[in-house]
Amino acid sequence: MIPTVPQPGFAKWCYRAYVTVFFVYLALPLTVVCVFAFNNSVFPSLPWEGFTLAWFFGSEAPYIGVFNERSILRSIGTSAFVAFWVSGLAVAVGTCNAFLFVRHEFRGKALLYMLMLMPLIIPGVILGISILVFSSSAANALEDATGMWFDGLRPGLPLVILGQFSFITTFATLVITARLQKFDPSLEEAALNLGASKWGAIQQITLPFLLPAIVASAVVSILMSFENFNTTLMLVGSDSPLTITMFDKLKQGSTPVLNAVSLLLIIVSAVLGLISLLFQKRKSAA
Amino acid sequence: MRSDASRLGFYLLLAPILLWLVVLIILPHIGLFIVSISEKLGPREYETGFGNYTAFFSEPLYWRTFARTAIMSILATALTLVLGFPIAYYIAKLTRGRTKTVLFLMCMIPFWVSELVRTFGWMILLRETGVFSNLLQSLGLVSGPVEMLYNDAAIMVGLVYTSILFMVVPLVTTLDSLDDSLIEAGYDLGGTSTSIMREIVIPHAMPGIVSGCIVVFMLSLGNYLTPILLGGKDSLWFTGMIYTQFITRFNWELGSAFGFLLLGLSSLVVFLGLKLSGQTLSQTMGRS
Repeated sequence: MIPTVPQPGFAKWCYRAYVTVFFVYLALPLTVVCVFAFNNSVFPSLPWEGFTLAWFFGSEAPYIGVFNERSILRSIGTSAFVAFWVSGLAVAVGTCNAFLFVRHEFRGKALLYMLMLMPLIIPGVILGISILVFSSSAANALEDATGMWFDGLRPGLPLVILGQFSFITTFATLVITARLQKFDPSLEEAALNLGASKWGAIQQITLPFLLPAIVASAVVSILMSFENFNTTLMLVGSDSPLTITMFDKLKQGSTPVLNAVSLLLIIVSAVLGLISLLFQKRKSAA
Repeated sequence: MRSDASRLGFYLLLAPILLWLVVLIILPHIGLFIVSISEKLGPREYETGFGNYTAFFSEPLYWRTFARTAIMSILATALTLVLGFPIAYYIAKLTRGRTKTVLFLMCMIPFWVSELVRTFGWMILLRETGVFSNLLQSLGLVSGPVEMLYNDAAIMVGLVYTSILFMVVPLVTTLDSLDDSLIEAGYDLGGTSTSIMREIVIPHAMPGIVSGCIVVFMLSLGNYLTPILLGGKDSLWFTGMIYTQFITRFNWELGSAFGFLLLGLSSLVVFLGLKLSGQTLSQTMGRS
């Protein structure tokens, strides 16, 4: 079944139909989520009661829009805070890892590389509980020993940040390593010959070369951090990020305000996703 | 002097990765294992033993949920492969240039969106007051509202939806690398569509099939949102059980044992998949 080999019309038609149905299946849930954000009804379901923007801008109960719903706004802020730290840390460590794996030969390198990939095959829930158990026992031991409180090691935002960082760093490392492997070391040597210091050469030549990969991995890290649920669920304290807040609201029974948040999330993630692709494309073109 | 500086640089680069892996991955998992083999005797009094694992095997609810989660995940993986393969083949072999990019992007976009949003979409579609129920009623096919949520089929639909990209992407990549002339040669030599599929296309796509299956199985096994939201209270998913032990019951010892069993199963499948296909972890993960 390739274009150069003729096929019976019926088979071709069936195949096309299947592909169409598949893409409808892909688009359907997201489409209904978006459509019901504009339904003038307190439940995100049929019948259609008319078009409204109340779920975005409304301020009178029960029509409290996203931009006036304090719990959601606060959790967006929390998510942004977590995403900022996670992507910053992941990109910084990922860049170091890339230099370590591309530029250095050492004993146990293959083992270390394997270990670095491990977070990919550990289910998120397990990653969450293992960090929870470890940090709690560390906190207990420290509190017994010193008599002080170690709230940073109890469920809360610092642990959420560490939990997400623990696996997102692997993705950042893979993206940045792939880019660094394509770098021609003679460019750096030329800079050294022209009198640059080692660090100066890296700063002026190598890091600008890596920039597309760094930006792409930062964007992907932000996206993954915003969307993470499994690991976050186990480590969350009293400030909950957006996905956790939405999950709690969803369990209680939902109003279209969730559709409105989801619509905003869809737009933001599509834009961020496209940006990361664009940067990766530029990376492969260069 | 120079070598001292480069040694220093080497250790500076080694420090962050070691900190990350030791403090956030290795030590926590050792800790998890230690907690899983400690039995609670009284407040802050523990004894080492495999009591939590015995509890798992002697309580049918526990191991049945485990088995159920594993079987449903295998089923979801198989379904994802069967449904995803034709799509990947279509994108890789039957489209060119712009259409290809657009179709590929259309596959990607839903997966940039949070899983919560996707699951929410399925809830709106499937629930009693949902879109499908209303559609069937207005078509006159059913007389009252139909509840399509909170059953295993709903979980399956959600699981396949959530993970299909991780099947399609590696398949498109491997199928892309299959030269069309090999397929043409197959036809020239008198092969039928089925025999060409079986003897040329599928063997070539095997690495992609294996990595897709490994990732999809892992994601399904470790999934929490989809089974809980689409399956309701009785979804009986193992991650849900871990959550209950940890957060609701506060029985961390049993919860850790459950966690270790889940980790064990997931690692075993990855290991077997890689062994069977003769691939390494870095090849497989590098592709997706």
